[in-house]
Amino acid sequence: MSQPLLELSAVQTHIGAYHILHGVDFCVPEGQVTMLLGRNGAGKTTTLRTIMGLWPASAGELRFQGRSIKGLATPEIADLGIAYVPESMGIFSDLTVKDNMLLAARRARRADELDTQRLAWIFGLFPALKKFWLFPAGKLSGGQKQMLAVARAIIEPRALILIDEPSKGLAPSIIRNLIEAFHELKRQRTTILLVEQNFAVAQALGDQVAVMDNGRVVHRGTMAELAEDEVMQQRLLGLSLGAHQ
Amino acid sequence: MSSPTAAVAAPITAASAIPKAQFDWRPLALLGALMLLALPAIGSPSSWLTLTVAGLAMGLIIFVIASGLTLVFGLMDVLNFGHGVFIALGAFVATTVMGGLADWAGESGAAQLASVAAACLAAMVVAGAVGWAFERVIVRPVYGLHLKQILITMGGMIVGEEVIKVLWGPQQIALPLPSVLRGSWLIEGIGSGASIEKYRVLAAAIGLLVFALLLWTLNRTKVGLLIRAGVQDREMVESLGYRIRRLFVGVFVTGSALAGLGGVLWGLYQQNVTPQIGAQVNVLIFIVIIIGGLGSTLGCFVGALLVGLMANYTGFLAPKVALFSNIGLMVAILLWRPQGLYPVTNR
Repeated sequence: MSQPLLELSAVQTHIGAYHILHGVDFCVPEGQVTMLLGRNGAGKTTTLRTIMGLWPASAGELRFQGRSIKGLATPEIADLGIAYVPESMGIFSDLTVKDNMLLAARRARRADELDTQRLAWIFGLFPALKKFWLFPAGKLSGGQKQMLAVARAIIEPRALILIDEPSKGLAPSIIRNLIEAFHELKRQRTTILLVEQNFAVAQALGDQVAVMDNGRVVHRGTMAELAEDEVMQQRLLGLSLGAHQ
Repeated sequence: MSSPTAAVAAPITAASAIPKAQFDWRPLALLGALMLLALPAIGSPSSWLTLTVAGLAMGLIIFVIASGLTLVFGLMDVLNFGHGVFIALGAFVATTVMGGLADWAGESGAAQLASVAAACLAAMVVAGAVGWAFERVIVRPVYGLHLKQILITMGGMIVGEEVIKVLWGPQQIALPLPSVLRGSWLIEGIGSGASIEKYRVLAAAIGLLVFALLLWTLNRTKVGLLIRAGVQDREMVESLGYRIRRLFVGVFVTGSALAGLGGVLWGLYQQNVTPQIGAQVNVLIFIVIIIGGLGSTLGCFVGALLVGLMANYTGFLAPKVALFSNIGLMVAILLWRPQGLYPVTNR
């Protein structure tokens, strides 16, 4: 296994009076796709938000590239090279696709300062974004919004991308398109921590896996091992792979 | 992450090939409809033109004052009921600056205009500086706490008014228009001749300039994009790596400075100032930002013009209902569009 890029040790998170994460331990190896799986309410989204500093960890340690990121503000964490695609996608609906991309490219002040080679690569992954470049993002379809959300995360080189349930509510053809795009990111050795409910997507993309339940990681290993073990899937996730194929 | 290896797509095609979203013209049509409906009600075209110009000028002054407030609310969800203190401060600074420059300006029109410009500049600097302190001391401790925001910012305005009384006295102070801005232009050929006050034209021009600058900043600069994005989703802006707090302080200071400028314009419009001038205008500016859609600059602009026109038309047609007219306008618009004329998405 590669050196861990991100390491969570005994991370606990409270949201108001609620204790959500009860000691989360797992690591994300560099250059791989790590799946974070679990039933609804297991704490997957809270884990991503805690990594981004949107909800501060109340205990435990988070280390990124060997340095502690616990207590850092969200912009400081983003500055380290961590991109976040929330479940809600976080699209700025009143702004155009171009303006959404321009905001994500922090080094560019104007659209003509965007990295054209990288933009062309993104348009290759998501042609719809080129077609609707000057269109308000709020008018895009759900799948196109998800593509824009992912495109924003990769408009500049990032060390780690956190993506929360990208396939949620999307048509199968759109999901296939997203999987192809993620495969391309994998070929680029992009490190991704991906929360996913769709086991078929997880199986198609994941190298490593961490399964959460009740605010804890209850299983860590390779995705291939979990995909082969239907009993473990049933125990950890309450599903059988056959039902998803 | 390594760089992509291949440039797959061609450069972005011309904008003409791309479908554009339709602009929502209905609120602007409402503005036109109000003006057209007022014409037969008033009867005299010359009176209508005079009232319309007066209403637009009043609306543009209100827009200058309210534009900062709507962004402050939109960007950080802060209910600043103390905005009025910056209006009063601007107006009082103007009395000092214009009073001090009166002898120097004499009867020279250019010098008088320069003294007005100096008063506007000084009011913006002082109101902006006080706005910075107001944000740090009063607003910052109550982020996310609406009830406390209302109470503490109203308290801040009361304290501010008392400080103004200490510095300038509790009495009303005259803020006369310089002679170059007094009087009207008479436009012949419209009924018995329409009278257009010179000062109102100047106030309208300043209001339009502020509107144009705000639109340019919000639509053509990255800071503007960040403000618009922050109004929609603060958390995502932070996740992209931007310090929205710094942005907010900048918007708060700019909004306070614009309120100071609006205070000068309003004071010259009324030709006198009192420490309560801000509290008096507060009601109007809250009506405007609610009508416009909280956080929307274009909505604030259209809402301010509607309020200015309505106040002038009803003041002429039915003075007894003039006070109620803008509340009625707000109720009618909210029944039509509960989120305001140009609602900001994600709010």
